[in-house]
Amino acid sequence: MANERHTLTALVDNEAGVLARVVGLFSGRGYNIESLTVGEVDPAERTSRITVVTSGPPAVIEQIEAQLKRLVPVHAVTNWTFATDGVEREMALVKVAGADRTEAKQTAAKLGARVLDDRGQATVFELTDAPANIGSFIEAMRPLGLCDVSRTGVAAISRDPG
Amino acid sequence: MSESGTLAAKAKQDTVSLTGAEIVVRALKDQGVTHIFGYPGGAVLPIYDALFADNGITHVLVRHEQGATHAAEGYARSTGKPGVVLVTSGPGATNAVTGLTDALMDSIPLVVLTGQVATHLIGTDAFQEADTVGITRACTKHNWLVRDANDLSRTLHEAFQIATTGRPGPVVIDIPKDVQFKTGEYLTPDQIRHRTFKPKTEPETASVLRAVEMMAAAKRPIFYTGGGLINSGPQASAALRELAALTGFPVTSTLMGLGAFPASSPQWLGMLGMHGTYEANHAMHDCDLMVCLGARFDDRCTGRIDKFSPASKKIHLDIDASQINKVVRVDLGIVADAGKTIAEMVKLWKAKEKKPDAAALKDWWAQIDRWRARRSLAYEASDALIKPQYAIDRLYALTRGRDVYITTEVGQHQMWAAQRFKFEEPNRWMTSGGLGTMGYGLPAAVGVQMAHRDALVIDIAGEASVQMTMQEMSTAMQYNLPIKIFILNNEYMGMVRQWQQLLHGGRYSHSYSEALPDFVKMAEAFGCLGLRASKPSELDAKIMEMIDSPKPVLFDCRVDATENCYPMIPSGAAHNEMILSALSDASVSDEGKMLV
Repeated sequence: MANERHTLTALVDNEAGVLARVVGLFSGRGYNIESLTVGEVDPAERTSRITVVTSGPPAVIEQIEAQLKRLVPVHAVTNWTFATDGVEREMALVKVAGADRTEAKQTAAKLGARVLDDRGQATVFELTDAPANIGSFIEAMRPLGLCDVSRTGVAAISRDPG
Repeated sequence: MSESGTLAAKAKQDTVSLTGAEIVVRALKDQGVTHIFGYPGGAVLPIYDALFADNGITHVLVRHEQGATHAAEGYARSTGKPGVVLVTSGPGATNAVTGLTDALMDSIPLVVLTGQVATHLIGTDAFQEADTVGITRACTKHNWLVRDANDLSRTLHEAFQIATTGRPGPVVIDIPKDVQFKTGEYLTPDQIRHRTFKPKTEPETASVLRAVEMMAAAKRPIFYTGGGLINSGPQASAALRELAALTGFPVTSTLMGLGAFPASSPQWLGMLGMHGTYEANHAMHDCDLMVCLGARFDDRCTGRIDKFSPASKKIHLDIDASQINKVVRVDLGIVADAGKTIAEMVKLWKAKEKKPDAAALKDWWAQIDRWRARRSLAYEASDALIKPQYAIDRLYALTRGRDVYITTEVGQHQMWAAQRFKFEEPNRWMTSGGLGTMGYGLPAAVGVQMAHRDALVIDIAGEASVQMTMQEMSTAMQYNLPIKIFILNNEYMGMVRQWQQLLHGGRYSHSYSEALPDFVKMAEAFGCLGLRASKPSELDAKIMEMIDSPKPVLFDCRVDATENCYPMIPSGAAHNEMILSALSDASVSDEGKMLV
């Protein structure tokens, strides 16, 4: 069966070791993690949302979802292909070095990135976009003096009001 | 007022302040714990101090922490109650890891308390420090490090809830030494509700009705039952018996489910799987409806998965949603408690006045009888040597009319016991199924006998396995536990030798034990009774001597060293490709050799 790319989000109790449980589940059972993002979403309820982008055959994705739901601190798991059911964004910081960074700045502006820092011998761009567009932006910067990249991983949310 | 608000208000009125160690003992008592299996050490001394002052709980001092976990498993499996373990930090906790993994694989409820170094020392590589929650995260259902004495009672009560409800399993609570000394507020079990853990146990009526419709329409049905029926409680076995009686369907079981259905029933096909009967495996292969009740399509049961029961519709009942469609795609999955669901099946079958397809079922049973006629458990008898199968048969025959519990180690003897010892009731059979832990049976017998002081508790053992946890004989002596260790001694790691014969050209690489202890003398050194039988003619009298002894007994039963366990589905083969006896040729594909 062909691999599918899915975004799984788990609403979890923000307690010690919860991220290790989720990550350990993926490594222990041989599942793939393409991107992982964690953040507290409700300090009063002490809940966090973990967003994992994974790929695999449909039966494996179904099994990952079921295994995540088994974890005791997991409240709920949603599984979607974000193209139809949800929206997702990722932020990247992209550093470009070189004597003349004019072309890099022009290209970055066209692609929606903004200059975050430009004080030294390098420029740091910030781009928040769909992961594929972040990838395109990095490729565009590569011949223009790209020297470092930092990506946050995907944050995703469903379109469903519930 | 909300439920949590009411609980909080009630908690405020009822709390008492205790030390962490006192909280532990109080929580155990409030959870109905009467026995703990443990081993003291520096980081749990405050809890041991609290136990010393208290006489409501019986502590069983084992000789190794692995023994504590297996004893607790035997206790849990034979009583339906959780097994409780208390060990120290570092090596105490790491020694418990095998038992935790064993309990996780076989869904046995254990609550394991580990001492930890004081909170200010955590992370400094302190003496006897280990990252216990890190190490045990993958081999527990859940675990906790408790850093505040005020969180201790809540955590302990949640731990019991998580270990025993839904799919049971082991939990670890790691308690730093300073937390054991500090004072905290104690909450009783009724003041605690876990925020997220709410296992679903009730089946949806529509699904059960669909299952009943499928059963009524089946022409070649089979009930494939498993350990979930044992975990669900005796009512699940009772419901299965009623459903089997109503439908007339054949019943097989996994290793873990033996006893849920009586072996004396004409509907019983014996165990299925790698060393299951010819009739059970062929019926699994050829059925048109497989009703899986509390089993998980383990690779020892399914054999080659792409040739697994190709023509059947499949129903899978499991309390753990992740088991549905994990290995085998099924037509109907039901996530619920086995006992409740089977009782509901019985109710709906009767209410809808369902009848099985009698004509089809008659043909199906005729086919099953032809498979049975192959007598797949037959073996070549001997007057000169004790055949291991004969030894099990005599042990079975001579223990009739007694209150018998059987534990096993892992290997050939375990399979022979599973094939030949006929169980009529649940909770009588304790074995390491999923993990296959050599050394399980002796400490498990200790745990069973602690719970059933007057019963006849027998560990059917191999001489290799039993040496792994032999030291627990000393525990049996200390607590006057007259366990019987019945060793089928063939001087080999028998199952390893069998595989080397069948798969590795008879190259018996390191599977022969050249320097075995004299088991009779060893028994005597422990203060137990040692017995030996070498000839079939002396076996019965020696077995009777073992049964009649009030002491723990180590029985060295010298059996035919090269007997193989048949029938067998070779690795990588399907259910209908069994090897029936030593006379058959084994042909194992290269792909099969890579499987364990």
